[in-house]
Amino acid sequence: MSAQGSPVRGATTPAAGYLESLLAGRPRLPASSMAWLNELRAEAVDRVGALTVPTIRDEEWRFTDISPLTKLSLQPATAPVRHESIDVGRFALDEATTRIVFVDGVHAPELSRVAPDHGVVVANLPAAAMAHTATIERHLGCHAAFRSDVFAALNTAFLQDGAIIIVPRGAIVAAPVHLLFIATQADAASYPRCLLVAETGSKVTVIEDFVALQHDAYFTNAVTEMSLADDACVEHIRVQRDSGQAFHIANCTVSLGRASRYHSVSVALGARISRYNLNVLQTADGAQCTIDGLALIGERQLADTHTSIDHAQPHGVSRQLHKCIVGGAAHGVFNGKIIVRPGAQHIDSSQSSRNLLLTAQAHVDTKPQLEIFADDVKCAHGATVGQLDSDAVFYLASRGLSDAAARNLLTYAFGAEVIDRIPVAVLRQQLEAIVLEQTASRS
Amino acid sequence: MILQDSKTLLEVRGLRATVNGTEILKGIDFTVKAGEVHAIMGPNGSGKSTFAKVLAGHPAYVVTSGEVVYEGRDLLELKPEERARAGVFLAFQYPIEIPGVANSQFLRLTYNSVQRERGNDELDPLEFDDFVREKMKLLEMNPEFLDRSVNEGFSGGEKKRNEILQMALLEPRLAVLDETDSGLDIDALRVIAGGINQLSTKDNATILVTHYQRLLDYIVPDYVHVMDGGRIIKTGGKDLAVELETRGYDWVGEEFAAARVTA
Repeated sequence: MSAQGSPVRGATTPAAGYLESLLAGRPRLPASSMAWLNELRAEAVDRVGALTVPTIRDEEWRFTDISPLTKLSLQPATAPVRHESIDVGRFALDEATTRIVFVDGVHAPELSRVAPDHGVVVANLPAAAMAHTATIERHLGCHAAFRSDVFAALNTAFLQDGAIIIVPRGAIVAAPVHLLFIATQADAASYPRCLLVAETGSKVTVIEDFVALQHDAYFTNAVTEMSLADDACVEHIRVQRDSGQAFHIANCTVSLGRASRYHSVSVALGARISRYNLNVLQTADGAQCTIDGLALIGERQLADTHTSIDHAQPHGVSRQLHKCIVGGAAHGVFNGKIIVRPGAQHIDSSQSSRNLLLTAQAHVDTKPQLEIFADDVKCAHGATVGQLDSDAVFYLASRGLSDAAARNLLTYAFGAEVIDRIPVAVLRQQLEAIVLEQTASRS
Repeated sequence: MILQDSKTLLEVRGLRATVNGTEILKGIDFTVKAGEVHAIMGPNGSGKSTFAKVLAGHPAYVVTSGEVVYEGRDLLELKPEERARAGVFLAFQYPIEIPGVANSQFLRLTYNSVQRERGNDELDPLEFDDFVREKMKLLEMNPEFLDRSVNEGFSGGEKKRNEILQMALLEPRLAVLDETDSGLDIDALRVIAGGINQLSTKDNATILVTHYQRLLDYIVPDYVHVMDGGRIIKTGGKDLAVELETRGYDWVGEEFAAARVTA
């Protein structure tokens, strides 16, 4: 019994109390009219009860101490009265004619715009669930590991609004779909959710964009599920530009059908502590994925990216480039797992982790993790950690650039290699401007 | 060209410099006046590239004694970028590749940083594009090199053209060209030398650091200096380069050693 008489009960750890306090917000959720959705939520609530918040004693979290998150007093986001007052203009992407906006996790139809395109479904979960129950039921919660991951379980327990994208067979969608998640409330926990179903031979580009209109602490716990049927092609861009005080934990699970192609570029700029788990499963022959990532952090930020590419079937291809630019006393973490299952022959996989440390206090932990159980495969991996090339700094100085300007330009160039892979020009330009500005302030 | 009453641009006196604790320059005296072209020749390891880098302010080289006065200012007091803005230009022997930075962006940044210093207007990307394309004609450069990353994947000749393009943009008063002729085929050499000649005026000066006389067939020097063992051991006119080409460097060294013994 605590001397201060604080409500510590039995063996309950503060972290477990934290989960309970988060779940306490849940009864406000109205029951869905769909029994399967209610069952999914109920199962997720059970899983939250059975799971614990990870600590640095867990192998998967050994570099990322999220105890500051558990000390935060969070409430579920309350729906703001007027979404109209929010200016989304500065986040708008001209090329994306369809945009769905969620404010603190809550769908904001006033800020969204949906341009009809090839019979593609882009809608909020409750609306989409009416017309596309069978497809959604077959995929929602079926890819994300909510039974074993406490954050995916929490997100699923709160499942209400969410972006549903269904691209019908053979549809080629030219304009990117922009999912904009805006954080506006201090101390709020929000649970963004996305499901993308790309049917056979379809093609689509999806941008998940996490932004903030505040500078306070809050918690974003996002879950994304993507299913690519045979020959489908998905470009997935993910930009995390949360506030510097925010906590951002996200799980993305991608299932690849025969000869499907998945390309993702994820960029982490914001948050005090961020963790992105990207798990790609090649479920059939000849699937291809390219996974690129950039974390640009400074001050006392921590950005952790854990990826897993599971080559479960033969003839798969995977390519991965992950870069961290770490300034201040920040800490970058990368763990890239490549699994080649027994019998998954003729896999062609390469992974590269390249890291740039801008200060003596900056710190990176990078770990390739290869688990190969087939013999006829090609798996290359490499990791580098370094500082800016002093010859390049001198070259720029000898052309009149100040030391700071030279370093900024070289730092920017290091990050630009990843940003240049984003297939949406207007977003690429926005990010290049942000990176140029941030490298200037972080060196 | 050697001009009557032209002003002194660079005055080097007793310059000594080390790299990683090893002395490379062992007392250099060297004067350059406006309008002049100087060639510094010498065998590998003689210190001529080090001299070029010291003038540009490479941080790996430590000046241990001597002085360098550029247009009346103490050059050694200036940071590399301040020297560049003051009109000192080094064309690199091995230009650095910078993946991720478009050549056009790099060229505009360097151009504007120097123009700012000189109180001139900076150019926006559109204005600069017109301007740089004109300059590229001088070096017969394909405009596609603007869109590529700085020097990345450029051939040896393309890198050297890009160096001289920077010289054309920055309009230095003192240009130091470090082995600009190395790795060039004869056509590239002709074009690049033609560009350098066009940039020469009565107000600026050029120092050519070179191992071979070949470049000097195209750019005629007013003075030829032979460097060996970190010193300038002989200075002559353009004929000295021809003599070096036929007789090699050894005799110059022997003559210098003999002169020292006598002295």
